Formats: sequence, C-alpha cells, structure tokens
Amino acid sequence: MSTAKFSLTAVAIGVLVMAFAHWFHIDYLFFASYTILQFIVLATAWNILGGYCGYVNFGSAAFFALGAYSSVALIKFDGEIDTWFSEGIADFLHHIFPLPIPVLIVFGALVSGIVGFGMGYLTLRLRGSFFAIATLALAVVLQTLIVNWDFVGGSRGAYVIRPENLEFAGIQVNYIEYLFALMLLLAVIALTTARVIERSQLGFGFATIRDDELAAEACGVPTLRLKLIATTLSGAFMGMAGAPFPYYIGYLQPSSAFGLEYAVNSIAMPMIGGTTSWVGPLVGAILLGSAQQYATVTISSAVNLLIVGLMLVGFVIIAPNGLVGLVQERLRRRQQ
Amino acid sequence: MDISFDLLINAIVAGLLLGGFYAAVTAGVSISFGMLDIVNIAHPGFIILGSYIAYFVNINFGVDPILVSLIMLPVFFALGAFVYQVYYLSFEKRGQESLRGLAFFFGLLFVTEVSLILVFGVDYRYVEAAYIGPSIHIGLVDLPLRMLVPCVAALVLFSGIQLFITRTFTGRAIMAVSQDQLALQLMAVDPIRIKRIAFGISIATAAIAGALLIIIQPVEPSVGREYIGRIFAICVLGGLGSMPGTLIAAMLLGVVESLTATFYGPSWAPAVAFGFLLLTLAFRPAGLLGR
Repeated sequence: MSTAKFSLTAVAIGVLVMAFAHWFHIDYLFFASYTILQFIVLATAWNILGGYCGYVNFGSAAFFALGAYSSVALIKFDGEIDTWFSEGIADFLHHIFPLPIPVLIVFGALVSGIVGFGMGYLTLRLRGSFFAIATLALAVVLQTLIVNWDFVGGSRGAYVIRPENLEFAGIQVNYIEYLFALMLLLAVIALTTARVIERSQLGFGFATIRDDELAAEACGVPTLRLKLIATTLSGAFMGMAGAPFPYYIGYLQPSSAFGLEYAVNSIAMPMIGGTTSWVGPLVGAILLGSAQQYATVTISSAVNLLIVGLMLVGFVIIAPNGLVGLVQERLRRRQQ
Repeated sequence: MDISFDLLINAIVAGLLLGGFYAAVTAGVSISFGMLDIVNIAHPGFIILGSYIAYFVNINFGVDPILVSLIMLPVFFALGAFVYQVYYLSFEKRGQESLRGLAFFFGLLFVTEVSLILVFGVDYRYVEAAYIGPSIHIGLVDLPLRMLVPCVAALVLFSGIQLFITRTFTGRAIMAVSQDQLALQLMAVDPIRIKRIAFGISIATAAIAGALLIIIQPVEPSVGREYIGRIFAICVLGGLGSMPGTLIAAMLLGVVESLTATFYGPSWAPAVAFGFLLLTLAFRPAGLLGR
C-alpha cells in the first residue's frame, strides 16, 4: 500500500471512530480514547528509537512533560503580556495569543526535539547503556527544574481552563471532541512517519545500527547522524503528545506530568506488541491502553500498573518479538 | 557571597557522611554494571525492598535494622543469583541484553515499586534505633549518629568488598570475568557461575544499603527512583569497575550535593547528580579512575 493510501485509510478509520463516539454522545468515550491515542503516539515515538535503532529511552515521561509544560509556559505567558510589555507590543501580542493548540503542539515538538538532540549528542557517542541511564536521570532532573520554576506553577501545579466549546467556521464543536480529533491526527501522523521510515533508506540504516553498530560503522553508515535523527524525531513526537495534555487534564502538576506510567507504558506497549514494525506499538497501545482504562475503572490504578509491569517482564522473557512476532511465526509455520 | 565558616564546615562534613552512604548504595551497581556489564537499573528497587524488610522486622520485633540486613544477606544473595540466572537464560545467552534486558530490569524495578505500594501503601515509613536522634559535637562540627552510623557501616561494607575482590580466588575471578570471559573459560572456570556469584553479591549489598537508607531518611516505595541518577552518576564518574574510584566519586557527589542543599535549597539537590553524569559522559567517559 502506498503511503498516501495508508494515511487516507488511517484517517478514514479515525473519522469512523469519531462519528461513532459523536453519535452516541458519550463524553467518556472521548476521554478514554484520547488517552489511548496519546499512548499510540508515545509508543510509536518510543519505537522509532527503541525498536528501530535498539536504543532504550527511559525518559518518555520527561519528553511528554516537556511538551505539556511548554504549553503551560505559553499559556501563562499570555496572562503576563500586559505586565511585561509596553502597550504597543502588548496589543500586537494579543492578536497572536492565546495560541491555538496546533501551534502549541508544534512548539512542544520543537522543545522536546531539541532536548532529545542535546541528550543524544552528549551520550550517543558512547556505549548504548549510557544513553539509557542518562534518559532515566533526565526525568528526575527536569522534574526538579519544573518543581523549582514558579512561573509554570512549581510544585503547586498549574490550572488551565478548558473552554466548553470551540467555534470553528461558525460551528460549535465540543472541546473534548476537538482535542480528540487533534490527537487522532497526531496518531495518524506518527504512524505514517514510522511506516515511511521503516521502508526508507533511513529505516534500513536504523536496522543496521540495531543489528550490529560496529559493522554498520565499518560499512560507512553514518551511525551517529542516524541515531541523532532518531532521538530528535522520537523526542519531538513525545513532545507533541504532551502539548495538548494541559487542556485535557485541566490541572497539571509535575508528579502527574512526569508520572512513571508514561515511561513504563511507552516501553511496555511496543515490547508487548512487537518492536520491529509500526503495527507493534499500535496493537500494544490499543490492547494495553483499553485494558488499563477498564482496570482503572473496575479494579484500581495501582493494580493495573502492576499488571503492565508483569506483562512487560513476562513478554520480554517469553515472547521477545511481541504479539506481532508470535503471529508472524505462526503464519510462517503454517506456510511450511 | 557571605558564607559563614562553620556552616561551610558542617555542610562538608555532612556531605562526606552522605557520600559514605552513597558508596554503599553504589557498591552493588559498581559490581553489576562496572564489572559484569549488566545494566541493573532495578538495583534501587532491591534497595527499597531491603529498607522495607528492615522496617517490617524492626517495627514488629524490635530488631536493629543493620542486624536485620545482615541476616537477610543470604536471602538477597540467592535472589540475585536467581535474577541473574533468568537474565542469562532469557537475554545474555541470546545476545539480546541491550534492548530486552534493559526493559526486563525496568519492569522489575516497576513491579517491585508497585508491589510495595500495594502492600505497605505510599506513607513514609521509618525505623527505631538507639542511634537515631543523638549527635556528637566536636568543636564546630555536629556529627549526627543517624548519619555517622550508616557511613561507618558503609565503609566497612565497602572495604569488605574491596578485600574480597582483590584477595580471594572468587573475587579475582570476578575481576577476570570483567576483562576476558573467554580467557577465564580456558582456565577451566565457569564464567556464568562466577557472574552468578558476583550478581548475588551485588544484590546482597542492596540489603545493607536498604537498611542504611531507612536509618538516614523515612522511606516510601518511589524513593528509589531518586537514587537511580545518583548511583549511575557515581558509578560512571568513579570509572566503571573501579571500587576506589567509586568511593571517591561517592564522597565528591555527597559533598557537592550537601553544599548545594545548604546554599541553594534542598529541592535543587537531585539535579546535581545529573549534572555530574552529563559532564562526565561529555568530557571524561572513562571516569576518574577508569580503565
């Protein structure tokens, strides 16, 4: 299937889901599916670096939170325009602010992408495990910075008021539906990007790094450059997933934005689905995401995190190639 | 800047005591990551497990936390040997340690943390012992026993490991396995057995480190995460596999963190370790006393 056809199909499926939810008028369906879509973006983003290149990023939560907090910073900036600038500039800025969410998403992607690039530049020249450790530490430090930064609320957190409705070309759109549509679009973009990468020269380059970095280097593959591209892309997508989050949650505090569940889920989902293709994170995110939504409502959120952890450990031991790998193996056996 | 002299001296002494404790926390990772090349990011999870065992026995039976950890040593050793066996069979043997092995340890860390939350809740827990509370005064300097006792215990543990590694056959075999596994095999020593023992020891140190942790500060299940950055920062700064380097790096981090906490506020302290880690990785990846 060509890329254009693929993305069109993905959009069509998304529109169907949306029409379904809209038709039943269940706001909860939008809330729940927003979370799942957000995890699709995070898992796909993680997989670009982790699955394709074989470099583990434990700091998904940090990149996600960076996206969310860059939005908060811009929203807060809007409130301070009159006190910070003289009248002329303030008037001009009021025309631009408050920024629409798509702009916030681009901004979040930029911030997270730059941080990803910086981290990668410092640590990717060394052994692979150093990068993993550095990302783990990055989460702790960024959280420290945010907690100490009063402008975005510090440890108290920040309130972001979500409008009831959005006027869009004369039509009133329910705001949560608008957020859902944006996240749906992001998921489609992320999946399409992952699929394009997989089939391009870039993807083959990534695969050589995953299989044997030394051999790849010896064959003239520019490994550092490819790894930096992967980290930047991966970080940027995570930032994108985080940027609309303040509007979704309404009240953002460091411990929720940097929650460990983002780091765990964005690793567990591709691992359980399968890391070698774009299908894996998608399957993993839908399965784990809906299971968690269900378990959070029926059992408790701590138990559902325990289940995710146990599944992660179980899958990496028993089914190293995830669900997709299991299916492929079965198909291969049947053919023989 | 106006820095009063006794505040400075006290901050440095407190940092050295803290550094001694950090050395105990890092000792295990210095063996597993530094010598065996196993990136055990679940180590803080085992430490917190040690803290909770010390807490549980201390509160119910009134046993001294350090004594509890000494009794728990064989159990933690067995646990470590078991974890290594699983790790070896599932990842190392198949050559998949870099991606799946890391995810495995991450999962372990997470499962330990969530299980502890389910059993004990998220409240801070603390132990009771005679040496928590009083302190010794020498001139300007205050030495709280709460910090002094863990520091001394940590130094004893650390010297014990150093002696074991440099003086005994098994210890030297551990050093050898970190240098050349094949050569060890040619000497008719099973490298997997040696690694299993080494990993067992590394987890066993977590029992002691855990008990020391809960003496120093109240513990809740997610405290371990703050230590991941510190542990690996110390390990990398000290030079992988170098025990003396680890000790120096731990003391250094302790002092810098203590100075930061005293002069800029304790909420900035966690960032120090990361700064250390990034600077080391950027300028001297081999660490202070690296190979």
